[in-house]
Amino acid sequence: MKRFRPDVDAPEYKGGHAPYDIIKEGTIALVVIVLLTVLLASLFGSPDEKQVTIKTWSNAMPIDFATTAINEMNGTTTTAGYGPPYNHAATGQDIGFLHLAQWVGVRIPLNTTKDFVVTPLESLPAGTSLTPALATWNAASKAQRSAWVTTVTKEIPKIYYKQGLVVFPGPGGGPLPVMIDALTAMARSGALDQALVTGHGFYTTDYTKVLLFLSDGSYLSNQAATQHLTGSQWGMMNETGGYPGQAWLWLYTFWYQVPPFSSSSNADALVWGTMMVLSVALLLVPFIPGLRTIPRKSKVYRLIWREHYRNQT
Amino acid sequence: MSTEQIDRQWTTRLRKRVAGKLPPEKVLPDTQPAYVASWIYVFGVATLAALGVVIATGCLLAIRGPQWWHQSYVGHFVNSMHLWSVEIFFFAMVVHLWGKYFMAAWRGGRSLTWMTGVVLFLTSIATAFTGYASQTNFDSQWITTQAKDGINATGAGAYFNVLNLGQMLMWHIVLLPLAAVALTALHVVLVRLKGVVPPFEENATVGTPS
Amino acid sequence: MGFFSHFGALVPLDHPGHYIHWHWFYLSVGNFIVICLMLATFIAALLLPFPGRRSRKENR
Repeated sequence: MKRFRPDVDAPEYKGGHAPYDIIKEGTIALVVIVLLTVLLASLFGSPDEKQVTIKTWSNAMPIDFATTAINEMNGTTTTAGYGPPYNHAATGQDIGFLHLAQWVGVRIPLNTTKDFVVTPLESLPAGTSLTPALATWNAASKAQRSAWVTTVTKEIPKIYYKQGLVVFPGPGGGPLPVMIDALTAMARSGALDQALVTGHGFYTTDYTKVLLFLSDGSYLSNQAATQHLTGSQWGMMNETGGYPGQAWLWLYTFWYQVPPFSSSSNADALVWGTMMVLSVALLLVPFIPGLRTIPRKSKVYRLIWREHYRNQT
Repeated sequence: MSTEQIDRQWTTRLRKRVAGKLPPEKVLPDTQPAYVASWIYVFGVATLAALGVVIATGCLLAIRGPQWWHQSYVGHFVNSMHLWSVEIFFFAMVVHLWGKYFMAAWRGGRSLTWMTGVVLFLTSIATAFTGYASQTNFDSQWITTQAKDGINATGAGAYFNVLNLGQMLMWHIVLLPLAAVALTALHVVLVRLKGVVPPFEENATVGTPS
Repeated sequence: MGFFSHFGALVPLDHPGHYIHWHWFYLSVGNFIVICLMLATFIAALLLPFPGRRSRKENR
């Protein structure tokens, strides 16, 4: 005879049955849930924080915008130095010997100098001081461009904003001071938001470029910090305002707060790996000795089936 | 056509198999075991009902498009109902999960029921994420620019681009709901097929494996 | 619009949220309430008597 395993097998039920109206139960459940939904929606509504644009960012923090644009060109922004899937500037995150991002490669190619600065400027009408500046940039060698970028990067602490202009006090930088000033003006007008979104043609629903540029600056993250949405604030679980958020993400965001994840440059990959393992463990609970024994040992079931056990004795 | 020929048809064989395993009395039973006598049992149907409300409110939002709720009080109210029905959905699902764990509801050949439930839970999280990504407001801007790092780290970000609103919206309203509904149907059919798991046997030292 | 303008939110939660912050532990009050409600609901579901006892007794 096959051995009965109490955590795997179920005893044969020989007891009684009771009338059960499944349709009525489902209908009552639906009515209750609909009423509860309407009540909660009426009481609390839902959040709708206005979207941030490059226009709002550059008007609120023009020097932060100009600095970010320079850093896109010198490769020090998060996007510029990201690696796959955007570029080859880094190798991407690893989980031990698994270099998943690197193996998949660059599938959403982005050149931050070209895509965030030069191409948008080239979409502007010709006939201003920008036209010869762009011509100078396009005609220059790679080494010359690099030297100009290095010069303006050193200028960053000194640049200032006055009467609608980004001013570079020091000499040098070639056409870049004109280009960065023009890009800031373009951003402040709202034209850069559109140029980055419609880069694919008339219709697009792909906001990759504009979102990456936004996230490289300080404005978006400052807004997030005031709403307690950043990583160290367990932001993944939170919603804007006082609304409850995504409590079910508690374990995912928890790992980011503790070592070794909290100090690792591969934190995202490691947390995903950990959560995948835990998810597989949850999936396979019926097959894991120990885990599948807790329900019987803890005896919580005696509360659920107390009437059944009372009738048995 | 001979009877034998009709019996060999795919349609006939499938119908007989389905009707044999799931006769109408099993699909829509009018009795249940007497041990089903606890409030913990209502959270499965509550999750199902909440899913219905989530889908219905989602359909209402779809009628006027993804920008409607920013521009209209009615649209905003429908969005609020969509948000709160999602909160109720996860609330009921988690309580249902806790209850089923402490009942060891996988016993007696019900491990597939448990596993479809877990996959449903994970699918629901993915569906909720793509929903947050589709809000077209500050929240979706922040959530997507943060979430991209985790997804990019797995390599999936090269194909599942969370910054692509069109892609996220279509996953949210087409692909993931289809998966969720299919998995829900499978999960419910399994419960009807196998019945509700019996209580632990307290007095017997040896029982009959079912 | 008039009818639904009253349903903007009777208790709007758009103000900055409150947070429970202890060392690296950070939980919004909204989430804390939801989690407490979940636990309370689970415990209540286990403890509260379920109606229909007589019907089940008769059919035993």
